[in-house]
Amino acid sequence: MASLTIDGQRIEFSAGQTIIEAATAAGVYIPHLCHNPSYTPHGSCKLCTVNVNGRNCSACTFPAAEGQTVLNNTEQLKQDRRKITQMLFVEGNHLCPSCEKSGNCQLQAVGYQLNMLDNHFPHFYPHRAVDASHPDILIDHNRCIFCNLCVRASREKDGKNVFGISGRGINKRLIINSATGELKDSDIDVNDSAVHICPTGAILIKHTAYQAPIGQRIYDHHSIGEEALEQEHGK
Amino acid sequence: MANKLKVATTSLAGCFGCHMSFLDLDERLLALIEVAEFDRSPLTDIEHCHPCDIGLIEGGVCNSENVHVLREFRKNCKILVAVGACAINGGLPALRNHIPLEDCLLEAYRDGIGVENPQIPNDPELPLLLDKVRPIHEVVKVDYFLPGCPPSADVFWAFLTALLEGREPSLPYDLVHYD
Repeated sequence: MASLTIDGQRIEFSAGQTIIEAATAAGVYIPHLCHNPSYTPHGSCKLCTVNVNGRNCSACTFPAAEGQTVLNNTEQLKQDRRKITQMLFVEGNHLCPSCEKSGNCQLQAVGYQLNMLDNHFPHFYPHRAVDASHPDILIDHNRCIFCNLCVRASREKDGKNVFGISGRGINKRLIINSATGELKDSDIDVNDSAVHICPTGAILIKHTAYQAPIGQRIYDHHSIGEEALEQEHGK
Repeated sequence: MANKLKVATTSLAGCFGCHMSFLDLDERLLALIEVAEFDRSPLTDIEHCHPCDIGLIEGGVCNSENVHVLREFRKNCKILVAVGACAINGGLPALRNHIPLEDCLLEAYRDGIGVENPQIPNDPELPLLLDKVRPIHEVVKVDYFLPGCPPSADVFWAFLTALLEGREPSLPYDLVHYD
């Protein structure tokens, strides 16, 4: 079987696997937000940046190849990932104390995992809207990181086409496919995969907030690294 | 102890929740005052900062007075620490940042429900509001950050004991929270 090394550890992989798939199968965590093993890789959040034979690339899109030397858990990559996460925080309005996803949020959990203690950069404080039109589902654009997971889930699993990303750069935004642009007029249903896939508090299911008390939420005591391996690999 | 560590604290655009959490050190406060003494702080009522070793800043910057106080702390404190979510990212007061300041004032003092004798406060002694609430690192250099809303007493303890023992402060996973 073909093999590569990650931080010196020899890892076997099968043809067609990406680096992150090979790593997950071997029980090695590579931080990620826009990657989900159930959907087509997107390669946009850049958190899974690893060094392959001296070059940085996204582990979620880069194919595993025989003899690759991959660096993952280095101090430099940890610093790079922390900076990326800080940029995600200042580009939106991520105010954890007032967010019901807090404690179960993957963006926040990545910050914890990277020991990110501040946001470093000047804050954008962009003006973004909330779409509370739907009876069961709430969209808070303040917390969207444009990971595209809801877009992919709606198309690939739900067989719908509810979400899209429009605009570029600072004008990028999540749009909803309905005549009015409001969620209530779209095809979405509360049981859709797209509603449950959001790694932040941008898509929330109404009437379900704060069910787990502080101390019993997903990431209160377990890092996202442990949780991700458990869910994606069953370890 | 001859040379006690001098600590100053203040709350800018905060709710004093971080100070309350600091007081949750409980009996550990007795150990702390053996080796540290408080300068300017709501705990002492000293009005201006003298040269200090550590300045703990709760809250973000929402008005001109906050800017003056923050600069006084930076000038006098060898180590300046952003304490809590508001000092680090503006926190809940920053929820007003997407609303024009004039609209905020009109809603609070003229048009809001239940307002009596409507008028915008304009006493010259009142500090002027900034157009946006800012985290403190956007105004002065900050040396350390203690996240949390509020940071738990254990966070303060881990940080202060590390400094007192001459170690580089660090927070383990369980002490890092943004809420």
